[in-house]
Amino acid sequence: MSTTTKEISIGDIGSRGAEAAGKLDSDKMALNVGPSHPTTHGVLRLMMELDGDIIEKCEPVLGYLHRGDEKIAENMTYNQFVPYTDRLDYLAPLANNVAYAITVEKLAGLEVPPRCQAIRVLVCEMARISSHLLGMGVFGMDAGAWTPFMYTFTEREKLYTLFEELTGARFTTSYTRIGGVSRDVPDGWLDKVINFVDQLPKAMGEVEKLLTRNRIFLDRTEGIGEISKEDALAYGLTGPNLRASGVDLDLRKDKPYSGYDQYDFDVPIGTRGDCYDRYLVRIEEVFQSIRIIKQVVEKFPSGAWYAEDAKKIFAPPKEKILTSMEELIQNFMIVTEGPQIPSGEVYFEAENPKGALGFYIVSKGGGVPYRMKIRAPSFCNLSILEKLAPGHFLSDITVILGSLDFVMGECDR
Amino acid sequence: MIDEEFIKGLLAKHSFLSERESIDCLTLESPSGELISFLEYLKTEESFDMLVDLTAIDHGEGEDNRFSTVIHLYSLLHHGYIRIHASCNDNNEPSMPSVSSIYPSANWHERETYDMFGIKFTEHPNLKRILMWDDYPYFPLRKEFPLAGIDTPLPAADVAEVTDASVEPAPMMGGPFVSSANGMVSDSEPRAKDESWTEKNEKPL
Repeated sequence: MSTTTKEISIGDIGSRGAEAAGKLDSDKMALNVGPSHPTTHGVLRLMMELDGDIIEKCEPVLGYLHRGDEKIAENMTYNQFVPYTDRLDYLAPLANNVAYAITVEKLAGLEVPPRCQAIRVLVCEMARISSHLLGMGVFGMDAGAWTPFMYTFTEREKLYTLFEELTGARFTTSYTRIGGVSRDVPDGWLDKVINFVDQLPKAMGEVEKLLTRNRIFLDRTEGIGEISKEDALAYGLTGPNLRASGVDLDLRKDKPYSGYDQYDFDVPIGTRGDCYDRYLVRIEEVFQSIRIIKQVVEKFPSGAWYAEDAKKIFAPPKEKILTSMEELIQNFMIVTEGPQIPSGEVYFEAENPKGALGFYIVSKGGGVPYRMKIRAPSFCNLSILEKLAPGHFLSDITVILGSLDFVMGECDR
Repeated sequence: MIDEEFIKGLLAKHSFLSERESIDCLTLESPSGELISFLEYLKTEESFDMLVDLTAIDHGEGEDNRFSTVIHLYSLLHHGYIRIHASCNDNNEPSMPSVSSIYPSANWHERETYDMFGIKFTEHPNLKRILMWDDYPYFPLRKEFPLAGIDTPLPAADVAEVTDASVEPAPMMGGPFVSSANGMVSDSEPRAKDESWTEKNEKPL
């Protein structure tokens, strides 16, 4: 085979570049990110206006995951809606289940027994650890560090095995019922939880070794996306994002629910409110959750695990339904008519991993809510993006989004 | 602390307010015209620093004041919530003054409320739909809007032209099992909304 060469003239490269630049409108560039973009942690779309590498304007466009949960809630009984709460913040479904159940119970004026409260605190804290593990892992990935993700996901997998043993599902747990939970903790399960939290600090140490003093990670996160105390409050930020800005607000301390006041734990707060602080707050929250879990297991109350006197609200366990007439009727009424909740209105916020998840329920009596509003922490946390992003480099946007740790499932509902 | 004394003082200072019975937090009713000045007072004088939630209720067609907005504020100082109801006067073109100049967090909440109920927030800096697409013609959380949805043109006209597709109502046959409020047990129990096919009637091909 013979080869031929041919000379081609490309002229003066430098002058060609200048010519091309002259033809460009050098003012601003519009850039669309999403809705399907790996760093957006869900179907979030950003419409940005760039000046070179610098973001001048950033407008989030939501709604790609909107399923009309609030409309659906108006058309089903209180217990039927529990599986829908799984799909709000799907990285911590147990915490959503608990927040929802407590809201309806508040409306019904129902107090669940101590064992039930303890189970709920336990699963909430496990959900927090699982959510933060994922949050930190992908945050590292957003900043260019792949390895921590492997460590955090290994730990999260262990938690999911525990969830599966307790609830029957790894992901969509649907664990709570109005007036209790779907089943008591299995034998020996609490020991497994303790085994897990005993080995977790070691794994967390590995993650910290990879990230906390990592020069590249520090350069990417320190001083980036700073949110002042005033802005954080004004935009309604909650959870770790608010606390990283130095506001000491944790609903578990401020308005204790489900017996959180019995447990000893600290609330970490940041000083600067940048991406790095948000990361540090989440790390520390994992350690505080471990503290809480150990205390819960230590003084785990015995007794009933659901509200036994709430005969019009909680359907008794299966073995009772199958052996006793009265319980069978009770179950039938609750399944057909729903838990009977008096008329009124209630607003309750729980301190979820992502922030304060609020439910506002208006009831006109009966088993179906008249109106239910879900106050999603991710929705509020994202609203600051319009103000936060301008002035940053385009490459910072992934880090900022990662540090806000949002979930579109609850943002769009 | 939000106690008797606090409530008494608040009511004495603002004669337009009325208190509602509530099981969880202080609930007030304010005329929509006084809302802005009242919220300003709550933020600056009583340190209610966070607007945590803003939404609306549709009381149903035929009600005198069909739409009302509900605002929840939180105070770090008092460690408590306050709930404020304000009714929209006009049922056909409901409107409400925007509070996003006082609480920036209200911006998105008001957009959502507009999106879902069609309540216009006057003086809002950017009042457009947030969850549904811009040209969507309905307000889904109004009570007359059906659960299944309504047939609507696709948001992207060019795609619609090629595919001849539209946004279709969700199938309600054979489930999902939904319940309606109150009524007889046989009416309120969970069942498929559309029973044109069940165990008895075969599914049309």
